[in-house]
Amino acid sequence: MRIRLAFLLGGLAVAAMTLAFAEGPNMSLPKTVEAGNAFSVQSTGSGKATLYIIGPGQALKRDVQLGKTTFFSAGSLYNAGHYLAVLTEDSSAQSGTFDVVPSSKPEDLGFLAKPSRLPVGLHDGITGAVYVFDAYHNLITTPMPVSFELSNPSGTVQKRTVTDREGAAWTEMDSTAQQGIDKFVVRIGDISSTRVVGQVPGDPCGLKMSARQSGQKLQLMTDPVRDCNGNAVPDGTIVTFTENYNGGQSTVDVPLKHGIAEVQIAAINGATISVASGVVLGNQIRWEK
Amino acid sequence: MKNGRILAMLLGATTIALVVIGTVWPVPSAVAYAGGESLRRSSSTPEAAVGNLGNEIRMQAWHEAYLSLANKAQFTESEFTHDLTGYYPSLLTYATVDNVEVLPLHASANEAEVELKLQWSTVVGSSVSTRDLHLTKNGDTWEPEWPIVKEPILPPQVIPVNYLRWDVIYRGAGDDWGVQDVEAPHVRIVDMHPIERAEGVVILGELLNEDVVPAYVSVGATLLSKNQSSIATEDSFDHISHLLLPKQVTPFLIKFPDVALSDVGSIRMAPLSSLIPASADPVIEIENEQLHPIPGASLTGQLINQSGQIVNVAHVLGTFYDKTGQVVWIADEYIDRALLPQTPVPFEIHIPEDLAKNVSSQRTVIATYCSGGPQ
Repeated sequence: MRIRLAFLLGGLAVAAMTLAFAEGPNMSLPKTVEAGNAFSVQSTGSGKATLYIIGPGQALKRDVQLGKTTFFSAGSLYNAGHYLAVLTEDSSAQSGTFDVVPSSKPEDLGFLAKPSRLPVGLHDGITGAVYVFDAYHNLITTPMPVSFELSNPSGTVQKRTVTDREGAAWTEMDSTAQQGIDKFVVRIGDISSTRVVGQVPGDPCGLKMSARQSGQKLQLMTDPVRDCNGNAVPDGTIVTFTENYNGGQSTVDVPLKHGIAEVQIAAINGATISVASGVVLGNQIRWEK
Repeated sequence: MKNGRILAMLLGATTIALVVIGTVWPVPSAVAYAGGESLRRSSSTPEAAVGNLGNEIRMQAWHEAYLSLANKAQFTESEFTHDLTGYYPSLLTYATVDNVEVLPLHASANEAEVELKLQWSTVVGSSVSTRDLHLTKNGDTWEPEWPIVKEPILPPQVIPVNYLRWDVIYRGAGDDWGVQDVEAPHVRIVDMHPIERAEGVVILGELLNEDVVPAYVSVGATLLSKNQSSIATEDSFDHISHLLLPKQVTPFLIKFPDVALSDVGSIRMAPLSSLIPASADPVIEIENEQLHPIPGASLTGQLINQSGQIVNVAHVLGTFYDKTGQVVWIADEYIDRALLPQTPVPFEIHIPEDLAKNVSSQRTVIATYCSGGPQ
């Protein structure tokens, strides 16, 4: 069915070109139509004819009375683009073109925010890009101000206003010093779209442990582990305790639980115990009874 | 055409002849595997007695093997079987003995010491277990004593665990096209360099999970020639700990057989990571790690499962550094016994003799697998 329609439309386009110089009915077309708006086509002459309107992803066919105005209701044409109109009467035809332009009112925002999770304190670490669409998902290319706003739970707000170009606008934001789930909002007029960006603590900072005898064992425990901005490093982060003694070594990878890592290892006189997390080294203890 | 027919007839006749020969005069092992008479020979020498025992273990004839033991009164047949295949599901539970080696150590008129080496075929490759057996002569036959290792019995207790786990909700099919999916974990190669070995080029390195979420990781590498054309692409396969918790570091080793380092112009590394649900437990302590020099260079130690969960398979990965802190070699070993809570299990990782002299320090990591999947 679609193939037949394509052949028909193609045939009509060719016919329109070959019959362009033939005598026949005339019509007057609007230069532009806003997507979704009502419009009309005025024709001259008398009798009956058929009006075809062909555009990107859409085709209309109407029986018209020549000499009268043919009305198209709102929503008849909604895909922005260049359209061809062909008015045929028996063996003659008249053609013309017009443009359907996006509505000037934004109705939908395609908002891409990256990344969804990043460490705190990164300059220009968050990128937001927005595409502005009308109610029919046509990209609105008319420049308009776009407001970006990144707010975190502590109340810190970063704002940027940029003018979109060819329907797109983008900005970069810094991740703040405080961890939490940030709201990233883009707004044009009364239309907005929201994404969430998780700001997570950075590497541990000032990693410190203490040791105390617990029976035959040594109880090692870190202070609450925080990053350099004071954010608590999340539970599950691996802290490595290493005990070196007389050419021997004991190692244990411990996940943080409730903000601290603790473990029991053999208490060996003269042993040197160190603590690390990832590539960050902490303090060192020499155990003497 | 005629020659083809003759060849076909010849092949058919040969096949029939071989089937007849195999049926009439079968080899002893075939008879044994077919359920016929036993492979057991006369136990007139210590080696023959241990060889018989090894063959019965290989054929999983536990009852016959148990009956042949001199000290069977000290344990039950079930304990004997579990000593070989594990009391809890482990690497050996689904393994079979591929080969048996018998090595006489010492013998007198009535007593002998013989080493029994069992080469198990497991899902991660071969695993060798060695037992030294004491034998006594009883009449004309030698009877081996099985050096049973009974699984320690843990006292009933409650081990509190603050169960820490990550679950993931991925992007849904109905989400708006602009909605971002959960970010893949950020991982970083913190060390990498190629070395040349007899078998080819080997890439050694370490990978860090610098994120706050667990990552399933793998490392791929492509060797490029001096004109930037691709020579070969390989990945770390199981020479890596695939599950990396936040801030955890794993070594990785990638082998390129039959490639010369002089042909390599550059290397393209491709660390891969994806977010997976994971658990922070169990915690495994590596105790009493000792570097042993040549001859027989190795790293030994003991694994202690500090949680209350039984670890069915443990994979020990050792990273060996020189004095400057550069990675010299990476080696691994699978532990063939389940790790019970608070129960030390020894491990031994061998270091190539030619590299052992450069090893100054080491770091060991453990990858664990519990019933129900990797932990």
